[in-house]
Formats: sequence, C-alpha cells, structure tokens
Amino acid sequence: MLSVENLTKVYRTGDKALTDVSFTVPRGQVVGLIGPSGAGKSTLIRCVNRLVEPSAGSVRLNDLDITRLRSGDLRRARRRIGMIFQEYALVERLTVMENVLSGRLGYVPFWRSFTRRFPPADIAKAFRLLDRVGLSAHADKRADALSGGQRQRVGIARALEQDPDLLLVDEPTASLDPKTSRQIMRLIVEICRESGLPAIINIHDVVLAQQFADRIIGLQAGRVVFDGPPAGLTEEVLTRIYGEEDWTAMRQAAAEDEAAEAEQRDEAKKMMRAL
Amino acid sequence: MSMTDIPAAEAPVWHHRSFAGRLALYAGWLGLVALFVWCWNLMTERTMWVFVHDAPKAAADLVSRAWPPRWSYMDRLWGPLWDTINIATLGTLLGIVIAVPLAILAATNTTPSRLFLRPLALFCIVASRSINSLIWALLLVSILGPGILAGILAIGFRSVGFIGKLLYEAIEETDAQQIEAITATGATKAQILSYGIVPQVLPTFYGISVFRWDINIRESAILGLVGAGGIGAQLNASLNVLAWPQVTLIMLVILATVVVSEWVSARVRHAII
Repeated sequence: MLSVENLTKVYRTGDKALTDVSFTVPRGQVVGLIGPSGAGKSTLIRCVNRLVEPSAGSVRLNDLDITRLRSGDLRRARRRIGMIFQEYALVERLTVMENVLSGRLGYVPFWRSFTRRFPPADIAKAFRLLDRVGLSAHADKRADALSGGQRQRVGIARALEQDPDLLLVDEPTASLDPKTSRQIMRLIVEICRESGLPAIINIHDVVLAQQFADRIIGLQAGRVVFDGPPAGLTEEVLTRIYGEEDWTAMRQAAAEDEAAEAEQRDEAKKMMRAL
Repeated sequence: MSMTDIPAAEAPVWHHRSFAGRLALYAGWLGLVALFVWCWNLMTERTMWVFVHDAPKAAADLVSRAWPPRWSYMDRLWGPLWDTINIATLGTLLGIVIAVPLAILAATNTTPSRLFLRPLALFCIVASRSINSLIWALLLVSILGPGILAGILAIGFRSVGFIGKLLYEAIEETDAQQIEAITATGATKAQILSYGIVPQVLPTFYGISVFRWDINIRESAILGLVGAGGIGAQLNASLNVLAWPQVTLIMLVILATVVVSEWVSARVRHAII
C-alpha cells in the first residue's frame, strides 16, 4: 500500500509544482492521474521514488517512509518500485535481454552486472516476462531495432523484473498510436490485476484513463481537485481539472476555424464568378 | 486569375535582412578587404624579392639533389619506424588511461563534486591541450633524457586533453532519460555508469581513440627532432648533413605510414559506428 501525505514540491526557481497532495493507493488498485500539462503529474510520480526530491510531506510504501531514507536505503526502496516511461527510456544500444535484466541492478553486485552474469533465477524470470509481453523471439535484438510498441513492452518487462511492490507509469502511451496505446494500457492493467500490484499511471488521454483505471485523481496546478471513480468524471469535473477557459477556448478555436473555412469557401466562389 | 496577376504595388515585400543588417554586412566585407590589403603590404615589405625570383631555380636545384631517394638507406629506417608506431600506440593507450577518469570527473552529469573535482579535471584537460606534443617532448627529454620513453609520455600527455575533452562532451550529451530509468531501478553509481552511460558513449569513445591514434602517428614522426625517439631522429640527422636523398626517403616513409594509419582508422571507425 502506498500513502502520500501532504506532499509539497517547490522547485529552486520558486515554482510550486505540488501543494499538499494526499492520497492512499491500496493493493491492486490502478490509479489514473490526469491533469493539464504542467499540473505536476510527472513531478508527483517522481517524488514517490525520489527521482525528484520532495520539499515537504511524506511518501510511505508498506509503512516504509521513503522520504526519510539515506542513499543506500533509498536504492533498496527504489528496486521495489517499477517505473515505465513516456519515451520508453530503454538503453538503446543494449539488447532487449540486457534491458530487462537491468531491472535487477538493485539486487546484484557490480561485478555481476558488469560481466552480465546474472543469477539463473533472474534470467529465467526475464525470459518468463519477455514471453508474457510477447517478445520472447526478440531477446537478443538491440533495443533500438524495435518498434515503439515493442519498446514499451520491454520497458514493462524491465519494471516487472524488479519484483515491484508498486508501479509508477509516466505517460505510457504518449508516443504510441491509438491502437498500440490501447494494447499497452490493457497489458499494464492486466499485469496489475494478475499480481495485485498497485499502479499510478500518468495519462493525458482522459478516455483511456476512464476506460482502464479503477480510480481517477485529477491534478490542477499542483493540487488534487478530483479523486473518485472514473464514472465521476463529468463535464463539470473535467472543467474543474482542465479549467473553464480551456474548454471555452477550445470550443472558440474550433468555431473560429469553422468560420475561417466558410469565409475561404465564399472567397473561392467569388473568384470563380469573377472569372 | 492567378497569384502572379497581383499588381506590383500591392505585392508584399520581403527581405532576408533588414536595412541595418545589409549595411553591416557590406561594412564587414569592406573591412575584410581592407585587412587583406594591409596584410599584403606588410608581407611584401619584409620579403626579399631577389630570393623569391630565384625560388624556381632553388627549388629545382633542391629537387635535383634530393632525387632519386636513397633506397639503400631503408635498412636503417625499419627500426626507427617501428619505434614511431610504438610511440604513437603506447602514447594513445596512456592518454586513454588518464583521460577516461578525467572525463568522468569533468562531465557535469557524472562528476562527484562540481565545486572542487570538476574544475580540477577541466584544468588538467586544458593544460594538456594547450601544450603541443613537441613542447611536451622537449620538456620530457630534458627531464628523462633522450629516447622512446620521453616520446611515449609526450604523446600520452598531449592525448589526455584531446580524448578527455571530446569524451566529457559526449558524456554530457547522453540521453538523461536512459540514465533516469537505470537510476529508478535502484542501481548504484557504478552500475548507472556501466549501464546508463557507457553504452551511450562507447561508439564515440572508440571513434575518438582511433582518431587520436591516427593523429599521434603523424606527431610521433617528428618527435625525433628534439630527441624523443622514432624516425624524426633520422630526419634530423640527415638534414644536418644535407643528405637530401635520405630526407626524401624519410618523407616518403612518413607519408606511407600516415596513409596506412588513416586507412586503418577509417576502417575501424566504419566498423564500429
């Protein structure tokens, strides 16, 4: 179980990225974190494993206060938190297998990882996971030889190779086409269901979030403005998250586009008549 | 009615540069021409034209004395040539051994201390780069005495700056996302280096090293001029006794070596990258 209490992040530039964010994620729950760009979604999930250092508040994973850990203990905590990234963040010049095995780096001593002699159990697990994500035939290919969807599958396998207690997923579908996006989201959610793994998924696609998450948290300018079931995402709630002006501006922009198009059509007609 | 029918007066005017910009450009060109004229005057003022008029005859005379190359002298060149190649190769290896840790200390994203170690590493790199191999060799010959060792160290010390600078720039240009992902797995600093950074800079590193080796072959060929071993010593000796046919042969040998090293380095870089 993950519990975040009064989490606040102020960047050195003075920008307040997060203000008093609190929520708990029970075992097996998939949380969709939505909000406009710059709302603090990325900062929030990076504060959980302290890739970004929070300014105040606490993050507890199974009663371990992550915010208080020193570097060695922090590394041991990080290895139980799997992370999946927007642009896959695979080490491009390593093979698929090496990328998946890098999920074990927190568990093996340096010389074993350096010589690529991982324990047999880790290798067996990696093959099982590659099979699970449908890439067993590609184990020895280099990561940069794969397509976007395949790379994200490797990213998922790497995160699971860590034996995580929690998954942090940062815009997993932002670089993928709609069909692949759906497949990747389904895969992530299925895997979470299979092993009762809690997950926080940053996602800007509201429809995808509604379809796959058990619960939605809406962030707006660093504050939680919505926390509830996907069915609760009404027009009014979306307005609260993304802002009134955004919606009207979007409609206005669409209307302007339409008007401009109509004008162009008239102009063309006039020209035709003149000829 | 098409676009070309718009009357000229209504056609929008677009200039690549503003009026002031064009003026500055013309002024710049004028300045450049003036500088050239001034330099030309300065140069011709100090030239003794008698010698210049004589140049074709002098050159023809030199060539006639230097040609044909004295092929029999080759027997005495194989040893120094082998030394030259060894100086370049061992010097490059020495440079790599010193430059790699320096580059890691100097790159902003891998340095353990930005305030103390990074400036120190940068200073070492700049110091090495600012001194020519020939000067390094002069210094080292006076410290260690003449010989191959001084040559190897001179080449090595000069290579540190070249390899260190290019390598630390490559480290700084690595993709931060890949490093972040490795960090998120709970990896140690050493593991982040070996999984996140090394794979990203390895091709650049090989390219830099082979390129430097190629340069070092050329540089080590002249180190003998100051007594640091290699084929340059023979060149110096031959020049001193005006043995022009031997000089020609040495030049040809150096040329051949450089061509071969260039070919090897091109092949190696092609194979890696």
